[in-house]
Parts: sequence; structure tokens; C-alpha cells
Amino acid sequence: MVYKNATQTWRRTGKAVALSIGLAALVVPAIAKAEQTLRIAMTASDIPLTTGQPDSGFEGYRFLGYTIYDALINWDLSSADEVSGLTPGLAESWEVDEENPREWTFVLREDVTFHDGSEWNADAAIWNLDKIYDEDSPQFDARQAGNVRGRIPTMDQYEKVDDHTILFTTSEPDAWFPYQLTFLLFSSPAQWEALDGDWDEFARQPSGTGPFKLTRLVPRERAELVPNADYWDEQRIPQVDRVVLIPMPESSSRTSALLSDQVDWIETPAADAIPRMESQGMTITSNPYPHTWPYQFSMLEGSPWRDINVRKAANLAVDREGLQALLGGMMAPAVGTVTPDHPWFGEPEFEIRYDPEEALRLLEESGYGPDNPVQARALISTSGSGQMQPLAMNEYIQQSLAEVGIELEFEVLDWESLFPNWRRGADHQTSRGAHSTNITFAWLDPFNGFYRFMHSSLAPPNGFNWGYVDDPEYDRLLDEARVTFDQEAQDAILAEFHAKMVDDAAWLWVAHDVGPRAMHPRVKGFVQSQNWFQDLTPVYIEE
Amino acid sequence: MSYFLKRILYVIPVTLAVGLFCFSLVHLSPGDPMDAVVSADAPSEVVQMVQRAYGFDRPLPEQFGRWVLRAVQGDLGLSAANGRSVATEVFSALKNTLLLTVAASLIGFTLGCLFGTLAGYWQGSLLDRLVTGLAVGSVSIPHYWLGMLLVIVFSVELNWLPSSGAGPGSSGDWAFEWAYLRHLILPAITLSVIPMGLVTRTVRAVVAEVLANEFVEALRAKGLAGTRVFLHVVKNVAPTALAVMGLELGYLIGGSILVETVFSWPGTGLLLNNAIFQRDLPVLQGTILVLAIFFVMLNLIVDLLQAQLDPRIKRG
Repeated sequence: MVYKNATQTWRRTGKAVALSIGLAALVVPAIAKAEQTLRIAMTASDIPLTTGQPDSGFEGYRFLGYTIYDALINWDLSSADEVSGLTPGLAESWEVDEENPREWTFVLREDVTFHDGSEWNADAAIWNLDKIYDEDSPQFDARQAGNVRGRIPTMDQYEKVDDHTILFTTSEPDAWFPYQLTFLLFSSPAQWEALDGDWDEFARQPSGTGPFKLTRLVPRERAELVPNADYWDEQRIPQVDRVVLIPMPESSSRTSALLSDQVDWIETPAADAIPRMESQGMTITSNPYPHTWPYQFSMLEGSPWRDINVRKAANLAVDREGLQALLGGMMAPAVGTVTPDHPWFGEPEFEIRYDPEEALRLLEESGYGPDNPVQARALISTSGSGQMQPLAMNEYIQQSLAEVGIELEFEVLDWESLFPNWRRGADHQTSRGAHSTNITFAWLDPFNGFYRFMHSSLAPPNGFNWGYVDDPEYDRLLDEARVTFDQEAQDAILAEFHAKMVDDAAWLWVAHDVGPRAMHPRVKGFVQSQNWFQDLTPVYIEE
Repeated sequence: MSYFLKRILYVIPVTLAVGLFCFSLVHLSPGDPMDAVVSADAPSEVVQMVQRAYGFDRPLPEQFGRWVLRAVQGDLGLSAANGRSVATEVFSALKNTLLLTVAASLIGFTLGCLFGTLAGYWQGSLLDRLVTGLAVGSVSIPHYWLGMLLVIVFSVELNWLPSSGAGPGSSGDWAFEWAYLRHLILPAITLSVIPMGLVTRTVRAVVAEVLANEFVEALRAKGLAGTRVFLHVVKNVAPTALAVMGLELGYLIGGSILVETVFSWPGTGLLLNNAIFQRDLPVLQGTILVLAIFFVMLNLIVDLLQAQLDPRIKRG
């Protein structure tokens, strides 16, 4: 009996040991592979809205939009060598009706699920559109609507055709409609219902179809994302185990956090800190992207910029290479709204360069000189999204223009005052009699790059034609491009339009941002696309 | 009516006046609250739609009335910038600010009382001159400059202490552990410097004044030991020191905006800073109101304590 018990005991012990060894064999490698966490310091002061349509501008879309959610059409962010194009997202294909170019049919991708496991289909798409456009629908969310409706100006109607097809009708023929749909992101109706229709709760437990899932949200402090292992695009399943996003609006705080190893990646390091970071082995990445830093002129009575010679002189007076050196190389000189290698640049005759002698001659031709300088007033900001280093850059320009006889006086506003003024126009009291405004912008698509600034119908309060440009030729070309659905033909019209803009010296073009980022050398795999948005999925940590 | 009851009742009109003042202040300042809610791209019908949803289309007196009614029920509305409950935002930030303030006060008040007493006792000595120099220096140093300097030395160069945040996780996980305490050290030291200087100067002056009184001579003449005399001096210095420390504590809670910004400390200072730049009026109003009420209550407690320590105040 005793022997039998002892045998049983030994057998049990043996089994337990074998089991333990087996478990250890499974567990130890998992432990040995340390969790890869990527910590990013954003420039935002808070965690952008996580319900679907992010706030905080394009940084919101970059980190809490395209990570958790998809659009019908996504940006292809895989290349660093060319300006990003569009790629199918939650729609597999789309086409415009040749008979009625106001109608767009979108075929939705099948076998896609939201993070909560519910199905993506036409009903989910229509539910999301009601969330934005139907004020009477229970899921209508004023905040999300406010963040996106302005980005899709021609959306008129939408309807379900079948379970995987939807039909959009635009208010007028609009070849740029697909670009606008990149801003419309889709949240899970099932998750919203499971959370009793509470968008605040949804913000804490969002569910989209994107490559990352949000697992933790601490307002103003951090958001944590983990990979969505079931993401429909297997090429874009994230490499890191966790991404921690930390709002850190002060550039000096971001720099210190990187140098003291509190974060692995910082957005927009201060230019003067870059040599220091490089000396400590940090990687600085940059790449030009569709961003322009200009002076947008007023064409109203009394503005000195109505004279083309003055506009051309200003463009010739600024030494952009000198400015580039001032910024530690972190800019690309701008000789138009788009970069010279872009299909929309065209072949302008007026060559924008640094030529102060020619600038002096042009001013003299218009009756200006040392005793009669041009007097101009400009609205500028102290900081702001995409504004780069506005004070240093504006002072440099002020000095450059003064050297050829253009006396520039600044009206300095904080960013939150300057930005809303954009839509109010040069004649609004908040413009303080200024003749130009200095607001940077994205030219991801022709509407946002050209139309909203240069078409006469978008003068305030309808759009951002701040300076009340009213040129029938600009209107004609833009209208034509908007209804030209053949891409090459459309590019040709836009190239003609842009060349005219440069020949007219319609604006003072100064710089394109290069989106500097600083990261610890252990961060690998990042491809900085020529876009405001970036893909975090290929990034990994190499210890 | 007793002094205590009267003093407590005064709090009601003061709080209401503070509420009206902070509501008016943020509405009179330039900027449109809608700028925080909708992007500049939004067409005017969207702006109007959101305006209705947030109640910004109502007349100001009506907005104030609704705000006060909700505020007395503990509801400070929703943030215009992120749609979250202002009360939740403010109280979660206040908890972090209180933590920082208590730490800074402990450092500042302890050192201030110590240095002030030493300098007051040995007035005119080398020690006094050193302490006075230190006090003048500490009240003259800008907070944010000292903060950045400490970050450069202790975070960037030496890599001893973290430069930002309230801890390795979030402030909600805060625990009395080294991993979190090390985040507190630099901001607390930075914030403590000015109150330390002020308390040092005040205590030094009052100690010197009390020591010059005849009763101290009388106590000594009666043969009282030095420590007993010291206790009498402390009792006479306490009401003034307490008043200064109470005020400083209030200033620390409301005035840590620069330090919290430099160290990304998630308190009311950082909340206010962000709300100002985002034109987030509900958060601005709520934060200022809560801080003002805190300040009023702190003054009340200090007054009551002072009256308890010095009965002459009650008679006054």
C-alpha cells in the first residue's frame, strides 16, 4: 500500500515536472522576447479625438485617425520617393458615372471586420454617413461632423445599393471627390450600440477597422495602441507590440524627453536642437511633403500687392537658401505652391530666384525707390501647426524685403486667432488692415491646394480666398479641372493653372516643410512618406 | 454672530462674485469659442449647427444662468475642445496639482522657516547675509528658466531624473514608489524656490522683530532656557508665517502654469495653458472657478487658524 502510494506520488511528481518543463518551454521564449514599445511625443496638447473623425488637425489624423480607422480610400504611404497617391481602403474600387458625373459608385471590401468583430458592410457605411450628415439620426455627433464636413464640400446624397455597394451623389461634378473621402473614417455601429450610444464612452473604447486598436486612453496624458492582428491588409499588420502616444506641445520638452530616453520618437524637433541630438546618435528624418509656407496677398483696393511688379520683386528679394541655412537645412525652397517635380507645377516663364537687382529694377519701374518704399502690413503668428518657425522666418523675410525697398510691418497674432481669420478675409476687422496673411497649408489635392484660395466663388465667408482674388482665367481653369475625370488631362489643366499663378507671382512662396522628426537609433523600419500622414505599421524596435 | 460663522458666510457672495468675474472675463477676452470646436474649414452652416449643439448661440446672461445652475450641481459642462466633462478634467488635474503643490510646499516652507529663523536669530551675521542673498535670488529666478536648467543638468546631461510627465504610466496610476517619486522631484524643487524665498524673508523679519520685543528680554531675565524662549518666539511668529504660507499655497495651486508646462505635468496649470491656447472657454471657466473657490476656502481656513492662534483677530 505504502509502495503503491509512493509510486503514485512519483508518477504525479514526474507528470508535474514534465508539465512544468513543457510550460516553461512555451513561456520562456515569450518572456525572453521583450515587448516592443514605441513611445512617440506628439506636438498636440491633448490626445486627439478617438471616435472616428479626429481633431487636432492632420496630426490627429496621423496618430489617432489612420491608425485606428480606415477611409474608403486610403493614402498610399509606402514610398519615400514620390508624393503619396490614393489606394483602395474600405472600398475595393470606385467609379464615376459617365452619363451623370455627379454619381459615384463604391464597391466595398468584403471580409473586413471592426475591432469588436462586427461586420463592415454598406449598412455600417450608411450608419457612419448619418453620423456626420443626418442631424436627426441617433448616432449624429456634432463634434465629428464639425471636424469633417468642411473637408468634403460637394457631398450631397448617399444611399445603399446592395450589401457591398454604396452610391454617392455630389452637389456638382467633382473629379476631386475621391481625395475628399480620405478624410471620412468609419467607426463601428455595433460598438456604439454596445456602449449605449455614448460617444464619450466610445472615445475610450473605440472600434474601427484600422491596423491598430486603442487599449488605453488617459486624456491629456497618453493613448496606447496595440496591433490589430486581423487587419485586412496583411502587409500592414504592425511590427511593434505597443505604441504609446504622449502629447507634448513644448518643443524643448520633447527634445529633453528624447535625450533622456523617455520617448523614442519626437515630432518636429526645434531646429537649433538638431545638431545636439545628432551628436548623441539620434536619427533625424525629413522629406519634403505637400506643404507650403507662403504670404497670401490681398487684392483689395489699397493693397500694394495689386501691382505685379511688387509681387515679383518680393519673390526675387528673398534668399531662400539663406533661410534654409537659418533653419538648419530643415526646409526646401519654394518656387511655387507645388514642388517643381510635381505634375501640377507646369512651365512658368517667371523664374523665382534670389535676384535683388532685378527686384530693385521692377520696383523702380512701378515708381518705388529709396525715398518711396512700398509700405505693407502682414498678419503673422507666433507659432502654429505647420507654421515652422514663424517669428524667425518672418523677421528674415522682413529684412530681405527691406533691402529692396519693401517695408513690411507685422501684426502678430497667436495661431488660434490667425487661423480663424483665414476664412474672414482681408477686409474683416480682425485682419487689422493687413495686406497679406501667412498661413501654411496642405496641397494634398487640387481643391485644398488651389481651388479654395483662388476661385472667386470661395471669397470669404465661403472659403479661404482671403485676399479676394477674382480672375476669370483662374476660375475657368479650376472649373475645367474639377470636371475633368481623366487624370492626365486634369494634371495638364492644373499645370497650366499653376504656371499662370507663378507668372502672376500671385503669392510670395517661401518654403516647403520637410517634416523633421527625431528618433532613437533603435527605431527602425520607418519610411517617411511625402505626406502629412505617416504609416507606423512597418516600424520596429531593434535593441 | 460669531466671528467664525460670519467669516464662513462671507464665502458665499465672494464665490458668486468670482463665478461672475471668471465667466465675464473669458467671454470678454478676444477669440471665438467655436474656434475650439470646429476647424476653420467648416462651412458656416456647420458652425451654426455646432453652435446650437453647444448652446453658444444663447444670450450671455442665459449662458451664465445655465452655467451657474449646472455648476452648483457639480456639472461644469463639456470641454469645447474635446467634448469631455470639464468637472472630470479639472478634478483629475487638480489632484495632480495638489500632489505637486504639497511636495513643493513641504520643501519650500520647511527650508523657508529654517533659513528665516536662523537668519532672524543671527541677524547681521555672515549666515544672515548668505540666507538673505539666497532668498532674494530665489524670488528673482524665473520658474521656467530654473526648470529648464534642472532638466538640462539632471535629465539630459546626467540622465538621473525624468524630464516630463507624472510617472511611467499615467497620473491615475500614481503610487508612493520611486518610479513615480522621481518624476516629482524636479518640478517640486522648481516650484518650491519662490515660496522658499518669500517665507525665508518673512520669517527672518518677524523673528528679528519678535526678538527685539521687551517680553523676550523679560523671559530671558526670568531665567527661561533658550529653547523655551524659542517656543515663545515661534508662537508669536506663527500667525504671520501662517498667513504668508496660506497665500503662497494658493499661489502655488493657481500659479504653477509655467512649471507644469515645462515638465508636462498633467495638472491644472497645464490644463489652463492648453485651454487658453485652444480657446476652450468651458474648461477655462471651470478651472478658474475651481481654483478660485479653492483659494477662497484656503483663505478661510488660514483666517480661522490665525484667529485660533491669536484671539485678538476675533476681537478685531
